Amino acid sequence: MDHFPLNWGRPRNDAIDSYATFPIQQRPTHVPKDVFAAGIQHTQQPIVTGTSVLAIKFKDGVMMAADNLASYGSLARFRDIQRLVPVGEHTVLGAGGDMSDFQYIQGILDDLMIDEFAAGDGNTLGPAEVHNYLSELMYARRSKMNPLWNSLLVGGFKDGKRFLAYVDLLGTTYSASTLATGYGAHIAQPLLRSAVEGKEDTLTEDEARKIIEQSMTVLFYRDARSLDKYQIATVTAKGVHISDSRKLETSWSFAEGIRGYGAQTQ
Amino acid sequence: MAFVLPPRSAHAVGQQQQFNPYAENGGTILAIAGANFSVIAGDTRQSEGYNVQTRYAPKVFRLTDKAVLATNGFSADGNMFVKKVRQRLEWYRHAHAKDMSLPAIARLIQSMLYQRRFFPYYVYNILGGIEDDGSGTVYSFDPVGSYERETCRAAGAASSLVQPFLDNQIYFKNQSSAPGSPHPTHLPLSRVLPLVIDSFTSATERHIEVGDGLEIYVVLAKGSPLQGLETVHGITELTSGPNGERMFVIRRNLKRD
Repeated sequence: MDHFPLNWGRPRNDAIDSYATFPIQQRPTHVPKDVFAAGIQHTQQPIVTGTSVLAIKFKDGVMMAADNLASYGSLARFRDIQRLVPVGEHTVLGAGGDMSDFQYIQGILDDLMIDEFAAGDGNTLGPAEVHNYLSELMYARRSKMNPLWNSLLVGGFKDGKRFLAYVDLLGTTYSASTLATGYGAHIAQPLLRSAVEGKEDTLTEDEARKIIEQSMTVLFYRDARSLDKYQIATVTAKGVHISDSRKLETSWSFAEGIRGYGAQTQ
Repeated sequence: MAFVLPPRSAHAVGQQQQFNPYAENGGTILAIAGANFSVIAGDTRQSEGYNVQTRYAPKVFRLTDKAVLATNGFSADGNMFVKKVRQRLEWYRHAHAKDMSLPAIARLIQSMLYQRRFFPYYVYNILGGIEDDGSGTVYSFDPVGSYERETCRAAGAASSLVQPFLDNQIYFKNQSSAPGSPHPTHLPLSRVLPLVIDSFTSATERHIEVGDGLEIYVVLAKGSPLQGLETVHGITELTSGPNGERMFVIRRNLKRD
């Protein structure tokens, strides 16, 4: 409200805030103050990172794959990292994104599984529970503006049912019979969908492995932050099995015929 | 916790990157109220940019025997918001030995959204169901809790395509009635269901973030006739008990391209 009659009916200048209306008045909140709060920085960018994770449902369970690389920007820094880990007897967790945040998540899940075991009531956490727990954890961290910078795939088999779902640094979740994170979502997902959609209940383990291997090969050709050394995890009624590292077969012989760059021929 | 921008130096050339806590997951929702029923629908596609994350991610949720909530915008916020609303409804049930009425749920949703006025749930909510007087009802909300009771509302990616269509077909805007027969204030279910399906098939044609599947929840007031629902294909009943309101879900496919 303008109290000066000489201003009424004249153009006003909102850039001048005469009644100190900004910043908006906040109630004093008496939360215990951390004296080092000003020195704390929140995760704004991932540092040591893993690339795509792929997963599909097949007849008897769920299959997931990820390579063994943890990059440091463009440097292929750690070439022996396991990005697929079992969680109890029924679930496998695959992670892309920041590897230190993934290690932290593994610690949290270890404690969780220990607490559940200690309850001693015969119940075990299945993939649905693990996924729900992680999605609440990831959403809570994003709501504090301090995310765990990961894209996670949770796959499993319990009580005769297959489970496959995604959760990421924002707490976004979704479920489908084929999932892929990072570059995999652009390059591998179309291949996985074409091979699996509609055939989830008839696809055999060998057929599933073939489509996964094919997708991992394409990713190694096209993702500049990938490696040709990878592992496949399979979860069925028999439990969680994570393979040893395998090597991708690639063919670079086309390179011999290249002259110059692109359209240039010398 | 407020949502703040990073401090900018005098020489900043807009190069600072900050974690963005929101994402847009596409999709569209719609609700229409009849005289003794309410229809609440949503497509089932969840996307981010040009990627389809999944072809089936439900956006319409049953809250009580009479109330259905559809959420759209940032799916993580939408799903968490529904969880929180359901928790509040459960506490109310334990405290008062009855379900919350629709106007009460609407007001509750407003206060829950406004509590996060300075770090909002990026969700457009539409609440539909049956009021205590047996009438069909729709309440629509903005992300910070502004709300209003309406006869119909579309929200989400294709809201700009669907709402004008509904304004013409449900509110009869920009069209005049035959002399002596004024436009009805409410339409029967047999007119509303095809309008809903046509809204979504048309939105799917022209909006990339809409498609894959359609879920339509129909809530009928106590004692209301089935109005042709028995013959609809792809229908399942969700009604929990006899002698009360009845709830159905109709699932349809939408184009997947």
